[in-house]
Amino acid sequence: MAIRGSNSALRVIEKPPGLTPAVRWQSATVTSIVMRTPRITSFVFELSRPFSFEAGQHVDIRLTAPNGYRAMRSYSIASEPGESSSIELAIERLENGEVSQFFHEVVVVGDTIELRGPLGGYFVWSEKDGGPLLLAGGGSGVVPLVSMIRRCQRVAADLPVLLLFSARSWDEVLFRDELFGFEQKRNGFSLVLALTREPQRRPTDFARRVDAGIMADVLRRLPAAPKYVYVCGSNAFVNSAADGAVAAGVQAPRIRTERYGV
Amino acid sequence: MVTRGFIGRQQAEGTSGRIPPGQHLVDDFPVLSAGPTPRISHDKWSFTLKVGPRPIKKWDWTAFNALPQSEITRDIHCVTTWTKLGTMWRGVLVDDILADADIEPPTAFTLAYTFDGYSTNVPVPDLVGGKAMVALSYNGQPLTADHGGPARLLVPHLYFWKSAKWVSGIQFTTRDEAGFWELRGYHMYGDPWLEQRFAGD
Repeated sequence: MAIRGSNSALRVIEKPPGLTPAVRWQSATVTSIVMRTPRITSFVFELSRPFSFEAGQHVDIRLTAPNGYRAMRSYSIASEPGESSSIELAIERLENGEVSQFFHEVVVVGDTIELRGPLGGYFVWSEKDGGPLLLAGGGSGVVPLVSMIRRCQRVAADLPVLLLFSARSWDEVLFRDELFGFEQKRNGFSLVLALTREPQRRPTDFARRVDAGIMADVLRRLPAAPKYVYVCGSNAFVNSAADGAVAAGVQAPRIRTERYGV
Repeated sequence: MVTRGFIGRQQAEGTSGRIPPGQHLVDDFPVLSAGPTPRISHDKWSFTLKVGPRPIKKWDWTAFNALPQSEITRDIHCVTTWTKLGTMWRGVLVDDILADADIEPPTAFTLAYTFDGYSTNVPVPDLVGGKAMVALSYNGQPLTADHGGPARLLVPHLYFWKSAKWVSGIQFTTRDEAGFWELRGYHMYGDPWLEQRFAGD
């Protein structure tokens, strides 16, 4: 179906979303904690009520203090969709981050945390959606894209998928070994890094912030025009990548964005 | 359920009773949107009032700016849990749009549409009586594209996804029809004080 704007702008939606049922809070137990980069740590949660989800969806986490005060934040799911009762969240430690600092400083294996999900029905990809795909992630904004890539590697490995990943440095490339491993399989997946505070180490990468030139360049590396472009990260990153894709000829309705807000 | 080891922040002074449950205060103005930021020039801009499929009146940028303008200062609450206090807006109250079109609300529900294909539903009582406007400026400056400029809907007492950016029109509907996010599990009404974030909340 398509939602028709009054000025006849069309947003292409192949998949009728339908009304989703209520999403209830549940308790989940932290079963593993893995430091991924100097600032990002993965937390794996065992769900008390397992759910299935689509790549790109998120959960809300809710922390409750003894005085009843609550803090709530959304985190994208990094794990591959599929039959599993556990999910991985990769949480970046933010300055003054009330919830992210709690995770980095207090949470240990065995703790119980309240969460609910899956949430979000637009920034999602499943094999029905097809490709080619251009994925652009800035910092921890790569997390929902990694879920898409993990899924794609399992069910549609030959689908052309290019991940443009902007990170400050080589050591801050989240899931770096796994992504390089996918690339070395020489199936449909390729990885392009844009390091913002270090020289690039590979000739096919970049050493600057993502701009229109980089977007035009990576679009040319896909064998055909992308069916969808997914962009996730800070607002500045998303604007730069999405505007660059539009300038390079991608139609706006094919570009899905998710922003941290700032 | 109390979370082991979590104490939480003290609320800032003077904010008592202004931060809905589950929200936290921000000083900046976060930007969220589902697609690229549309850039709509004033000569391409228009605002259309419709009853069902039928256009009732359409204003271009000049005509719309000639309507009576009002200023309001309100606290705003985003479903992603940020709250910003005391935001200052200037624009045209929905009451004044209806007056200029010389109509009384013919139904109890509306859908707001935007230049990028987004939509969101708002009941008529939440749009009239000085509660909502089509905002043209924020904090004394023309609304930037990131924040929905040239014009956005402003319904500050509901979660901010109802305040559709890049608004292009309002359509009266006979039923309460779900918009873009409401079709994807978000609440049909979105009262921040009742934490109506998702369907069933």
